[in-house]
Amino acid sequence: MTFTYAAATPYAGTPRRGPLTRLLEDERWLAVALLLPTVALLGLFIAYPFVKGVELSVTDAKVGVPGHFVGLQNFEQVWNDGIFRVAVWNTCVYTVVTTIFKLALGLWLALLLNNNFKGKAFTRAFILLPFIIPTVLSTLAWKWMFDPTFSVINWLLFQLGIIRSRINWLGDPNLALISVIIVNVWRGVPFYAISLLAGLQTISPELHEAAAIDGARAWQRFRHVTWPLLLPVTLVIVLFSVIQTFADFQLVYVLTGGGPANATQLFATYAYQIGIGTGLLSQGATISLAVFPVLLLVVIVQLLYIRRVETH
Amino acid sequence: MARIDRRRLLKLSGAGAIAAGSGGLAGILASGRAPAYAQGTTVHYLRWSDFVPASDQVLKTKIAPEGEKALGIKLTFEMVNANDIQARVTSSVQSGSGPDIILALNNWPQLYTESLADVSDVADEVGKSQGGFYDVSKAVATVGNKWIGAPWALGGGLVAYRKSWFQEIGLDKFPETWDALRDAGKKLKAKGRPLGQTLGHTFGDAPSFWYPYLWSWGGKEVEAGGKTVALNSKETIESVKFAVPFWKEACDEGGLAWDDSSNNRAFLSGSISATNNGASIYLEAKRKPDNYQTEKGTPMWQDILHAPLPMGAGGQYNLPNPFTNMLMGYSKNQKAAKDFLRWISSKPIFEQWFTSQQGYTDGATLYWEEDKVWGADPVLLPFRDLPRKGRLMGYAGPPNRASAEAQTKYIIVDMYAKAVQGLAPEDAVKWAHEEMVKIYT
Repeated sequence: MTFTYAAATPYAGTPRRGPLTRLLEDERWLAVALLLPTVALLGLFIAYPFVKGVELSVTDAKVGVPGHFVGLQNFEQVWNDGIFRVAVWNTCVYTVVTTIFKLALGLWLALLLNNNFKGKAFTRAFILLPFIIPTVLSTLAWKWMFDPTFSVINWLLFQLGIIRSRINWLGDPNLALISVIIVNVWRGVPFYAISLLAGLQTISPELHEAAAIDGARAWQRFRHVTWPLLLPVTLVIVLFSVIQTFADFQLVYVLTGGGPANATQLFATYAYQIGIGTGLLSQGATISLAVFPVLLLVVIVQLLYIRRVETH
Repeated sequence: MARIDRRRLLKLSGAGAIAAGSGGLAGILASGRAPAYAQGTTVHYLRWSDFVPASDQVLKTKIAPEGEKALGIKLTFEMVNANDIQARVTSSVQSGSGPDIILALNNWPQLYTESLADVSDVADEVGKSQGGFYDVSKAVATVGNKWIGAPWALGGGLVAYRKSWFQEIGLDKFPETWDALRDAGKKLKAKGRPLGQTLGHTFGDAPSFWYPYLWSWGGKEVEAGGKTVALNSKETIESVKFAVPFWKEACDEGGLAWDDSSNNRAFLSGSISATNNGASIYLEAKRKPDNYQTEKGTPMWQDILHAPLPMGAGGQYNLPNPFTNMLMGYSKNQKAAKDFLRWISSKPIFEQWFTSQQGYTDGATLYWEEDKVWGADPVLLPFRDLPRKGRLMGYAGPPNRASAEAQTKYIIVDMYAKAVQGLAPEDAVKWAHEEMVKIYT
């Protein structure tokens, strides 16, 4: 048997590299290249609208009229606007109350889902439904459930003998705000539950076992093992949720349009009403921007806290 | 073959269009040939989804194909929810591209005056040939002597009420004063058949009731010049004082949360005895007689009549809803769009659409008062006279941007809503007055 061998190609050094390849071999340039798409996207969809918003807020621009520089006049006007103040109060109540309930219920659900039981995978997927369904669609269903004339909730409570006259869910100013809070909590709990569940699953069961061997009861194990380890994740989730809830629009827009008598008016719905409904773009932008310092403060405080927790 | 570059093509097609258009619509019709536009010229027309769906069908399946043939252009009709139109106008104006013509509701043209094309030639032509426009149509579509929109039609509300239920409490016709209506509503509510009206944040039915209600008491937003706010008056306070017990004793209190379709549903389900609305309740009941029936099993439409809102010390009014076609200033197809507006507003074409409305709207010109549509159903006949008793938001001033802002902020509606929710009438009026002052100064 004979074997033939191909003649070995003589070593000719590394292939010739283009200037781009050479540039990207430098880690600093590679980092720039990899970050570029993200920076472009953020610039286009976050920074540009933000800068445009700031620009609008210091002019007297209307739809189709570029406007002139007016300094802080819009901010002064908005500050003296009674409806804006109502919207500020409503937004704060809405955000604080929904966040507390979403966190409490989400954590409770996450702890339940973290156990082993039959149909676990299905239940976890099913729980996400309120979060997956488009908000407008689910809110329309809630609108029917709260409808003064056709409310299925009222019907049920009446049949059960709990109420004797119908509850005016969206017509009573206090109940209207409670109603939009209920819908927001219903929609937001799955996000908390699944995110916290992911956090729970990163906690090693050995820690729980060790604590159990040391005689820690369920509550003590949660208080001293689960909660400290879950805290960084929880804070990030709360941060996202607060930002989203503060800027909530569709839910209130569909459910009440900000009524009755502005009882459910939020920042976003009011900004839309003024900016789009009245064509006063500058004032609409001013109202939207009023959210910014508040959110900035929330973000700074929370990020500092997260850093402290992680350092410890 | 001679080479035609882009610049030359534009020149040629432009010249062709001018030549064809020089005779106006009459010229087009007389020649029997469509005017020459650049190939692929499209006119995009954005409208609301009509409360009478049959009319949208007529537009899409009959009028659009006819228009394409007559004008030699491509027509795109797009219907969206009325609530979404303003968002579309804003994005289109700011980006400088979008529909060529947008159908505006209420006083919206006054919000976009700087962004609209001058259509005085079209409006003059249509107005002259059709007996002139109603004052309310003209008021929202003009700035000084310039037409910033071509009036299309006029919507408006009358009280739809259940004839037999009012007869049961001894009334053969709808009450003509507020006191009489309060008394009737009290009796009806005791039978579980309240009056139904929205006090919520909804653009149609809420202002349609509460503005005329204010006027009927003699209240007004501003003085005639449109500069001085005049809301905080004895008349307005009286109207609020009356509204509180009227609401509690006679109305469905769930109305605080109603949108524009809630009263339709409540009426058709037999939950309320009367509501101020367009003709859509009656038309829907008539369209589906098997679905909507009285408690006796007869078709509900046979038990529905229409009446104007009651009269007060200040008179008897309604708030018409003018529909206006706005030719957008950014449109690249000004000539084609104007020809389209002339064509679709012309008698034979408009009539097709108007007939399909069955009385839901009035024409914007006086000519349509004599149309055969009003002879078809006596129950709808009262809608014919709405424009003549109409006032617009911002009364006694013009229906300008400030009046639109007051409406968008629901100042008048919320004045009554706040009082109904427990605020002292004087304080509710004071609050509304102060908000109006901020808007008008």
